[in-house]
Amino acid sequence: MTRAVLQALAAHWRRNPLQFFTFLAGLALATALWSGVQAINAEARASYDAAAATLGEGRFDQLVPRAGDSFPQDTYVTLRRAGWQVSPVVEGSLRTDTGRVRIVGLDPLTTPGALSPVGGARDIDLNSFLTVGVLFADAATADRLAGLPQEVVRDPSVAPDTALTDVGVAQRLLDRQGRLSRLIVAPDQPLGLPPLDEVAPGLTRVAAQSGSDVGQLTGSFHLNLTAFGLLSFAVGIFIVHGTIGLVFEQRRGMVRTLRTLGVPLRRLIVLMTVELLLLSLLAGGIGVVLGYFVAALLLPDVAATLEGLYGAQVSGGLQLRPVWWLSGLAIAVLGAGMAGAGSLWRIARMPILASARPRAWAMAAGRGRWLQGGAAVLLLAVAAGIALADAGLIATFALLGCLLIGGALALPLILGAVLALGQSRAKGVIGGWFWADTRQQLPGLSLALMALLLAMAANLGVSTMVSSFRLTFIDFLDQRLFADTYVRGIDSERMAGIQAFLQERGATVLPLLRVDSRLAGVPAELMGARIGPAYEDNWVFVDARPDAWAQVAAGEAVIVNEQLARRAGLWLDDRLDLGGGLRLPVAGVYGDYGNPLGQAVISEARFAGVFPDETPRQFGVLGLDPEDLRSVLGDAFDLPPGSVVDQSSVKAFSLAVFERTFTVTAALNVLTLAVAGFAILMSLLTLSAIRLPQLAPVWAMGLTRGTLARVELIRALVLAALTALLALPLGLALAWVLLAMVNVQAFGWRLPMYLFPLDYARLGLLTLLAAALAALWPALRMARTPVSQLLRVFANER
Amino acid sequence: MNARLIAFLLLWPMAALGQGFAGLGTDATGFAIPAPDPVFDFPADHGPHPDYRIEWWYVTANLAGPDGTDYGVQWTLFRSALAPGEGEGWTSPQVWFAHAAVTTPGAHHVAERFARGGIGQAGVTAQPFDAWIDDWQMTGETLDKVTLTASGTEFRYDLRLAAQGPLVFHGDRGFSAKSAEGQASYYYSQPFYRVEGVLDLPDGPVPVTGEAWLDREYSSQPLSSTQSGWDWFSLSFDTGDKLMGFRLRQTDGSAYTSATWIGADGATQAYGDGALIAEPLQDAEVAGREIPVTWRVTLPDRDIDVTVEALNPEAWMAVSIPYWEGPVRVGGSHAGRGYLEMTGYE
Repeated sequence: MTRAVLQALAAHWRRNPLQFFTFLAGLALATALWSGVQAINAEARASYDAAAATLGEGRFDQLVPRAGDSFPQDTYVTLRRAGWQVSPVVEGSLRTDTGRVRIVGLDPLTTPGALSPVGGARDIDLNSFLTVGVLFADAATADRLAGLPQEVVRDPSVAPDTALTDVGVAQRLLDRQGRLSRLIVAPDQPLGLPPLDEVAPGLTRVAAQSGSDVGQLTGSFHLNLTAFGLLSFAVGIFIVHGTIGLVFEQRRGMVRTLRTLGVPLRRLIVLMTVELLLLSLLAGGIGVVLGYFVAALLLPDVAATLEGLYGAQVSGGLQLRPVWWLSGLAIAVLGAGMAGAGSLWRIARMPILASARPRAWAMAAGRGRWLQGGAAVLLLAVAAGIALADAGLIATFALLGCLLIGGALALPLILGAVLALGQSRAKGVIGGWFWADTRQQLPGLSLALMALLLAMAANLGVSTMVSSFRLTFIDFLDQRLFADTYVRGIDSERMAGIQAFLQERGATVLPLLRVDSRLAGVPAELMGARIGPAYEDNWVFVDARPDAWAQVAAGEAVIVNEQLARRAGLWLDDRLDLGGGLRLPVAGVYGDYGNPLGQAVISEARFAGVFPDETPRQFGVLGLDPEDLRSVLGDAFDLPPGSVVDQSSVKAFSLAVFERTFTVTAALNVLTLAVAGFAILMSLLTLSAIRLPQLAPVWAMGLTRGTLARVELIRALVLAALTALLALPLGLALAWVLLAMVNVQAFGWRLPMYLFPLDYARLGLLTLLAAALAALWPALRMARTPVSQLLRVFANER
Repeated sequence: MNARLIAFLLLWPMAALGQGFAGLGTDATGFAIPAPDPVFDFPADHGPHPDYRIEWWYVTANLAGPDGTDYGVQWTLFRSALAPGEGEGWTSPQVWFAHAAVTTPGAHHVAERFARGGIGQAGVTAQPFDAWIDDWQMTGETLDKVTLTASGTEFRYDLRLAAQGPLVFHGDRGFSAKSAEGQASYYYSQPFYRVEGVLDLPDGPVPVTGEAWLDREYSSQPLSSTQSGWDWFSLSFDTGDKLMGFRLRQTDGSAYTSATWIGADGATQAYGDGALIAEPLQDAEVAGREIPVTWRVTLPDRDIDVTVEALNPEAWMAVSIPYWEGPVRVGGSHAGRGYLEMTGYE
């Protein structure tokens, strides 16, 4: 009996290959976008973990400087002499001909972990490692380090662009003798340990579980990607939901027949569930494969973004990790289950002798409409509530979810109302029929239209966000990069020489001192600047005391960027601990877009007081022509290429980083829109097949097939246009949430919102074009329907 | 990555057991070699000798609590040179490590420390005397009066040591032969410390008194390549006399022995190979191996025939290079207490 039922189930798909394709393709596309994003995230996290494992960041607590990026080695010895079981780490980046390599120096004798001798066969002895110097790096990095006098051992398990070596060797390579970056705290500490504050007040303890700085910084970026993946998946699920609903409606007759033939309901339900499971696994499998290609395509851009924006190294190669392909399959099954559960439930409750006639979808819509309307209002109310409460990032993403789903649920109701209005105003028979028939078709198309609404709104919202960001960013670059030329990346002696040289020639030199630090517990950079009119004329504050620059110049205040202010909960007049016993009130908060780190600026003199050993790593020059400067300096100081950069190059580079950041967003945007277009095409195709009985009488009354086809096309365009109109407010709401809430929480800056009507118009036209293209094929089929087929409708009439 | 790197780095030349226990039999090329007829220069020689490959400051103490419970304490600072001489900062080839232990009749607490030379984390100065690694310290104006501290995750001790007698020299005036092939070390002791102080144990602090014994030894190749380990005894008899004896086990099953008789007044008599006889009487299974924890030790020339029995057979030093070390009770012809160290039991 089971066999017969299976044959009957399979026969449905054989007779409706289009439905089969729609189901598989919809689910596969949804899974592909989701698992592609997951693959990218998994790859990035694996890279962070490799980097963290290299340093024991994930497993052990760390002691890091309260301010600044290093501390004296004596602090380490003092801690050890007080009994603290800690191990020193010094790290920094080493400039090579082919970019920077992160050098990590550690002390193998005190590093916590496996100290027991396990078989190791490499013929590098401790003496070489400790005194001569041996570096460990993966093959690619080892090649880049070939110029070093030290031996480089290839080890594939070292994180990309990183080399491990002894702490002493690393100090020499990085020119940081006597300095350490942080200490790893061993899990076992002896009895009677004095508190850290007494022994090393300049250090603060960071718990192991809090994860690496890179992980924290990039968390919001990955959350954004994940949200996009979910959105794409939701759009895909709309397609699947529509298809499954249709399939089960059409199978009602088959179910009745099978049951009257004696098939138990339970077995039928089980078999249909198994069928759904197998199909969703198949579609999920295809989706995961597609997802792999999506990820492989996008990963280089993501890696470039993460490197450019956060300095996080992500390996460019993609690996098949169980995390994401399993999650891809799981979400495919889950999505299909969600889409099919309602239909299965209806079949289970259907009376055995109920009419086998497929109920028109319109009939089902009656009672459901109120439910749907209620849900839409509720979701939008929740969204508004969250917006007012201004909760955390996760809540804000929930807000986005509520907003989009609420908007999607409201769409058919609003469209229905508009169409009813159209019908009441219609003149003539054909016009009346057009509106009425469109209303009648709305339930069948509504899922596809909802998918389109979501895709459009997302597109609109994200592009508004990105474009607003770009405008602000360009403006910000113009303010910030006011010097004509920048000199950087040269040793401190020559830096001093160049400064003197330039000042003799009457140029204004603006040196910038900088250390990586932690301020108020968050990763930040502390800058020391030579305050002058150039700063006062160009920098724009979000909020500031009127005499902010004067106070900073006098060493009486600090100004901080918006990121630091928001993360640390600082605002004007709050005091900030800058390390070295220096505490200053905040005199201003400035916008600092595109920078993931917190930042604080104090005067050059104050900076020198806290970090006397730091010398400027870069300075700006005003008042000399960049080209002249480059040739003069190049001749006089034998500077390496790239150390003298003019303003426009810096701007171009910054913008390039910016554009790359949103390459992925743009790509996902286009893919989502494509999925929505596919949804409309499939819905129209499916509908056109079952609409013949409705169209045949109209044809019989005198409308030609060509006219009918044109009407079908116009109908699709009208519906798409109405949807596009409704997508505009939804998309703008989305953009507002992204700019005013997500950005603040994820990156720490609030951006002004700009409107781009031309872009919106172009998107609307594109949507209409897509809808027209999608409607064209069903319309052509309509126009070419053989007369005999139309006639047969009457022959078959019961 | 890290675990593997560390593991293989710590293999050192040390675990090469084919070269004698803990690599002590490895070739001494480039290092200074102990020579007969040494002339010691104190207090300078209490300090480190970086041209020799291995050196230790080794304190063992037999202590008793107010209720008469016996305790043993060990404090050892090792210096191991990867290359002869000193270097600046992290480039120093001197590696320091240390072991500390407290043994009670029912428990044995062990801790271990590592440090690089050259940065101040560990070292020894002769005048005033100071030997330290991390917060573990043996320090005083002179070697005659020092405080001794160490701590682990479950114990801590703080002891005051005062010498009641002179330094004693083993072998031929401090030149201690270790094999028939000529391996030797410089070896002297201060076996006459009176001790008082406090042990912090999991059950609370215990005031203790007793005596301690410091061994100073440095060499570059103290074992022959055919020697696999040793059994070392430091026994203090109730008469005030003391006996130091060791048995170096050869891979062919034979042994090389040496002993020093130390009178209560500090007068010494050295005994060469064969005079001291040490026979295992009873094994115990400790840390998965059979280890002799009861011995018969005889020195016929002094009418010594004693049974040496571990206070706590579980005194296994579970450190990077593990061995057995713990306090012992002495019975038979002479009664007393002492310490036993056994290495190279696989």
